[in-house]
Amino acid sequence: MSDILLSLRGLTKAYPGVVANDNVSFDIGTGEVHALLGENGAGKSTLVKMIYGLVKPDSGTMTLRGKAFTPAEPRAARADGIAMVFQHFSLFDALNVAENIALGMENPPPMRDLAARIREVSETYGLPLDPYRTVGDLSAGERQRVEIIRCLLQDPKLLIMDEPTSVLTPQEVEILFKTLRKLSEEGTAILYISHKLEEIRALCDHATVLRLGKNVGECVPSETSARDMAELMVGTALKTPTRAGRDMGDVALEIVALDAKSPSAFGTSLKSVSLSVRKGEVLGIGGVAGNGQDELLAVLSGEILTAAGSVKLHGRPIGQTGPTARRAIGLLTAPEERLGHAAAPDMSLTENAMLTGSVRENLESRGFLKWRAAQGFAEKIIEAFDVRTPGPNNAARSLSGGNLQKFVIGREVLQRPEVLVVNQPTWGVDASAAAAIRQAILDLVAKGSAVICISQDLDELMEISDRFAALNEGRLSEPRPTTGLTVEEIGLMMGGAHGMEVAHV
Amino acid sequence: MIVLEKRPQASQLWSLATPVVAVLATMVFGGLLFALLGTQPVEAIRTIFWDPLFGEFAFYYRPQLLVKGAPLVLIAIGLSLGFKAGIWNIGAEGQYIIGALTGAGVGLAFYPLEAWYIFPLMVIAGALGGWAWAMIPGVLKVRFGTNEILVSLMLVYVAEQLLASMSLGLLKNPQGFGFPGSRNLNEYESANSWINQNAGLHWGVVAATIAVIFAYVLLNRHMLGFHIRLTGDAPRAARFAGVSPGRLVLFCLGASGMLAGLAGLFEVAGPAGQVSIDFNTGYGFTAIIVAFLGRLHPIGILLAGLLMALTYIGGEIAQSQMGLPAAAIQVFQGMLLFFLLALDLLTNYRIRLKSREVA
Repeated sequence: MSDILLSLRGLTKAYPGVVANDNVSFDIGTGEVHALLGENGAGKSTLVKMIYGLVKPDSGTMTLRGKAFTPAEPRAARADGIAMVFQHFSLFDALNVAENIALGMENPPPMRDLAARIREVSETYGLPLDPYRTVGDLSAGERQRVEIIRCLLQDPKLLIMDEPTSVLTPQEVEILFKTLRKLSEEGTAILYISHKLEEIRALCDHATVLRLGKNVGECVPSETSARDMAELMVGTALKTPTRAGRDMGDVALEIVALDAKSPSAFGTSLKSVSLSVRKGEVLGIGGVAGNGQDELLAVLSGEILTAAGSVKLHGRPIGQTGPTARRAIGLLTAPEERLGHAAAPDMSLTENAMLTGSVRENLESRGFLKWRAAQGFAEKIIEAFDVRTPGPNNAARSLSGGNLQKFVIGREVLQRPEVLVVNQPTWGVDASAAAAIRQAILDLVAKGSAVICISQDLDELMEISDRFAALNEGRLSEPRPTTGLTVEEIGLMMGGAHGMEVAHV
Repeated sequence: MIVLEKRPQASQLWSLATPVVAVLATMVFGGLLFALLGTQPVEAIRTIFWDPLFGEFAFYYRPQLLVKGAPLVLIAIGLSLGFKAGIWNIGAEGQYIIGALTGAGVGLAFYPLEAWYIFPLMVIAGALGGWAWAMIPGVLKVRFGTNEILVSLMLVYVAEQLLASMSLGLLKNPQGFGFPGSRNLNEYESANSWINQNAGLHWGVVAATIAVIFAYVLLNRHMLGFHIRLTGDAPRAARFAGVSPGRLVLFCLGASGMLAGLAGLFEVAGPAGQVSIDFNTGYGFTAIIVAFLGRLHPIGILLAGLLMALTYIGGEIAQSQMGLPAAAIQVFQGMLLFFLLALDLLTNYRIRLKSREVA
């Protein structure tokens, strides 16, 4: 780790209204695992986009192996040995693994040779993958492997990974880390973007912390506590959510032996799912993305209708009740996908407040809309959940992901739900906002609401839920009390390593 | 290098300015076209845009503006509801024909009785006829997932055949000396849609005005209109909000069919006067352009309908007085749509000049 692979000096990039990166400098050594830490909006994405040639810096220089490095586009960056695994996979469900990989190549070799190379690389790095399997049938962890192998086939000198573990079970994370360590031993540098501090402590040699676009500090993660890193990241002392003592009441919401077919061809159908949640209780539902989370939420929101008796609110069958009527009786939901599902991108925040708030917040009378009241409600959400926006007339898509998430969650929480179902409530939200959202959920529960929290963030589920269950291929495990659960037990509930092997190091 | 950059939100200024700029650009480039054809460009533009309104014979052309504009606005208002929700009724022309047939049919059935209730009955029949014709693609889409664009378009040709058959058969004027076409409703007092023929005022003009106001209130103040806009912007969010997609499809197709049917009835009972083989003149298709030219906004559609009518009337004058070929006028009208759609890009994107040098 002596020689420097990539050196960044004074990188600055400003967008209208914000300076995304302000004079950022640091070095990445050959074979180093370098963490890039920061809250949402700290400028991590912009920084790696500059390295990957997607964004051009306003000023500052990059030097790759001693030579000036100015990639005009990702193709140029790839030619210089930079590879990137994005958080969102760009794979075609209907094509197989080898076809997907060939699509991303400049001059793809014949399919048979490519398949052989995929096999070879995947076995070397302990990422077994059948080149002829259809991507639509793969688990999230396996899809990520496709992306990683796609990068490894380029023989990269620097591999950039953006939040790679958000879609993995603990066992799968272990396998990924072994692969990454092996790569690093062979001299490939890794720029690892994450906000999961324990992971960074376990994996990374060095960390650079960004805050509001500035490089605010560097540390050696293994020698720094997670709390210190978090405070460096946030800039202030973190407030951990507190849970008041709870009285559990009667069963509020119940699902009985529910089978529901997914509306999409590559979705996961729910298979004999049963659960119940009581007043004053948080039921955490974990599991890797794509194992039926969206379908479970749709069944509860009323977007998928089921047999009347298989969903019950306060003992009353509501399986055939539509979304609006469910809201009226106190069952509120917040889907994972913010833009396009929970909120309409081109509509203003006021209109988006109307979207779910019309019934309970009394924003309509006999079909006619009370826009002034809706604007008031939107302002209330913006105020209470610290949504950063010029005002309620701004379009939803003009908000950053984290801010829109605060708005979407706030919109439901402020409607005083009797049962609230949230999917990925803090996904892409910075640490302090995530803490605020969790606190809001706990406050709701303290007032006697029941909450079902679907999430892939296990730390989050452990922090707020009373009982934990996991979705795996559309089946829900038996819920168990959270206290006393070990990481291994949770991993097994989530389906273990999904038949993956550990790297042969 | 010119780069298009997506605006964080749509520019209010540009969404208002684009129609005006598009009209100006059409004048400039249309003028150029006319000059190349050897005509005085300024005079040609003046003939098209000025003479119908303020020229020597404006007293004749101004009422024409209402006569041509009303059906366009009425149909386009209906279409815009569906278009906003991503439901594409391309077959307004067919619904227009059927509305005219059912409406005129009811009127002719009472001939020669004179009574106050005949015209209202015709209005209801015209609306129902258009509605029913639009329900065919609607029900097929909801029930079997067919594509409403194809079905509604194909039904236009079916309607045209039906029109031909009616004007040669069932509705043919028994005293028409064997010529195709029905009795002239203009000569049948109770079945006449004129209010003041000299002013170009018929009930269709009134209906178009009411439709504009109604659509404005619906889209801006009512839950149903909100759901229509929501479905167009984010169908998943609409379902999440509790919209039933099937019901919305039926409403949008039904409403647009009904208004197109009404437009057909008012036309057959007024300006056209009778059911004839060549009764339909493409209002149903032109209204699609009007809907987009008006940015799917009720007030915009009102203005766009009048503008479209103006270019039609002006174009006819330019043809007859200046000898401009009909094709040149059509190119001119095409330019208008082209510039509008091209400039529309500026509502959501901004153009930035970027130097190519690398930082």
